[in-house]
Amino acid sequence: MQHAGTDIADRATVIVNDLMGLEGPLLPILHGIQHEFGYVPSETLPVIAEALNLSNAEVHGVVTFYHDYRNHPAGRHVLKICQAEACQSMGSDHVAAKIKQLLGIGFHETTRDGAVTLEPVYCLGLCACAPAAMLDGVPIGRLDDEALEEISAAVRL
Amino acid sequence: MTVTIYIPGDSGALALGAEKVARAVAGEIQGRGLDARIVRNGSRGLYWLEPMVEVETETGRVAYGPVKASDVVALFDAGLASGGSHPLSLGNPEDIPFLKRQTRLTFARCGVVAPLSLNDYQSHGGLAGLRKAVGMTPADVVQTVTESGLRGRGGAGFPTGIKWKTVLDTAADRKYIVCNADEGDSATFADRMIMEGDPFVLIEGMTIAGLATGATKGFVYIRSEYPHAIAVMTAAVDIARKAGILGTTVLGSPNAFDIEIRSGAGAYVCGEETSLLNSLEGKRGVVRAKPPLPAIQGLFGKPTVINNVISLASVPVILDKGPEHYKDFGMGRSRGTIPVQIAGNVKHGGLFEAAFGMTLGELVDDIGGGTATGRPVKAVQVGGPLGAYFPRELFDTPFDYEAFAGKDGLIGHAGITVFDDSADMLKQARFAMEFCAIESCGKCTPCRIGSTRGVETLDKLAAGIEPDKQIALVTDLCNTMKYGSLCALGGFTPYPVMSALTHFPQDFAPKPMQEAAE
Repeated sequence: MQHAGTDIADRATVIVNDLMGLEGPLLPILHGIQHEFGYVPSETLPVIAEALNLSNAEVHGVVTFYHDYRNHPAGRHVLKICQAEACQSMGSDHVAAKIKQLLGIGFHETTRDGAVTLEPVYCLGLCACAPAAMLDGVPIGRLDDEALEEISAAVRL
Repeated sequence: MTVTIYIPGDSGALALGAEKVARAVAGEIQGRGLDARIVRNGSRGLYWLEPMVEVETETGRVAYGPVKASDVVALFDAGLASGGSHPLSLGNPEDIPFLKRQTRLTFARCGVVAPLSLNDYQSHGGLAGLRKAVGMTPADVVQTVTESGLRGRGGAGFPTGIKWKTVLDTAADRKYIVCNADEGDSATFADRMIMEGDPFVLIEGMTIAGLATGATKGFVYIRSEYPHAIAVMTAAVDIARKAGILGTTVLGSPNAFDIEIRSGAGAYVCGEETSLLNSLEGKRGVVRAKPPLPAIQGLFGKPTVINNVISLASVPVILDKGPEHYKDFGMGRSRGTIPVQIAGNVKHGGLFEAAFGMTLGELVDDIGGGTATGRPVKAVQVGGPLGAYFPRELFDTPFDYEAFAGKDGLIGHAGITVFDDSADMLKQARFAMEFCAIESCGKCTPCRIGSTRGVETLDKLAAGIEPDKQIALVTDLCNTMKYGSLCALGGFTPYPVMSALTHFPQDFAPKPMQEAAE
């Protein structure tokens, strides 16, 4: 049986080889890695660094700069709650408090059953449909308690 | 004849249930054996009426909204397929006052056409601008854009033609057009709407920019929070390439131009142009010091036009109808139209494209219809998280770059967030500092450290600890951030903070005094 680390490195190599011909390929590669693994495993950093002739530290610096890249897997669902001004004006504070209470977790946390990761987001461009959220890439507007209860039940299925 | 039913696939409409409506409509078409097809158009931007379903009839379009999936059976019973009357009928959408009062130049097709249909695009005037540009010299194209008076719609308001001229005049073996689609400001969604609803207009605008400056490669940097816009733009670029609009011979001319779609990774600061360039290059999205200007040394050190989505999407109509036509709209040095986005706690939220010069009060009270909650408007923030809070006393300010600057504010990307009287302006000021701290790239000290000190100082103020001292400190801190920061993130965070403090001092007064006053 292969060592898990070797497997990760092999899968990363395929992605790196596929994308390294792009101009400025690092972000597309990191998006590709996160899409493949659900996060950016630390084992992939030397593979990327080697291929792009960068130091591990440089790649690490880029990964940690951007909010999107995770260093550990997220839950099965990712729920992003908008906390920016337009949603604030429509009660996003209450939305955040309510969903935290329903799921029993805070922002940047994952429920113990691995069902859902809760994150704040600063604007989804749904500012005329506030307060807004995004569940696994699907936009949801005009959130009220009923909608939040539905979401909370749906992610646990 | 096959009936066409339009159901928006725009993210805003999807957020309000358009997908369920589309499924229900498809079910009714099949169940009733109707000869009808569904087109997923963009949004017209009347979000309080979304999902807004339109049907093409012999006498023009008839709209219904806001439609819920549970309304669909009744709508078909009422004869939706032939424009039948129903309590949700809105009549001809173009006659809805919110739309009728607009001047749609940039958004002429948005919400009307099938976004990925090149036929629709061309039958509604698309590609006319590019066809003209192909027959002109680069200098003439640049001159046309300069004469139109178009200024950067991303927020800085820098004349687009001058930027293009610098790139045209800078010799290099390779030049780039970069479209800044990192629309991170709260209350703004114009870029998203146009990318989802009329993607070819952006492709056409970028291609014209390429011809005008000698650039052969374009990038659209779209924020990752916009997965639908990324999908539509990616598909549109592919279609444009197959149709010969992009590629080695643009519309059969000897000019080459191609476009690549790139996704951001959740950093607000990458909406700042130099930080965006670093991000495209695969680096941390850290701001660069200027000079050198991106027009001289931009992406990969090459001359680069970096423009906002709306600036580029406004170029085709300028080339098509001529600079005078565009320039005739507007006031002072703010020429043409601006897509104002009315958002937050507002009754009629949406996109309102109009000539510069409308007052803030008209936009909020008249067009927007006041707050959604029905309470009095307390404040509006114009220009996103870095824009100033305006009280009702300043509602006579006309929408114009200079007029807003004269009132210590900014238009920015033209988003307006409405707040009712339950808003706590000290809390809003604190959020501005907190947001700056979360999103700071960390390169310059006033922004990196100032924002965190700002949060602490405002917390002390809220706790009633030596209030006069805290106000003096936060004022001084804002002055340092405004003049000492490298880019607009640190430099403009003082706008919301100081405007809140200046216009709403009662919210910053110590709590016991507030109670005594009441």
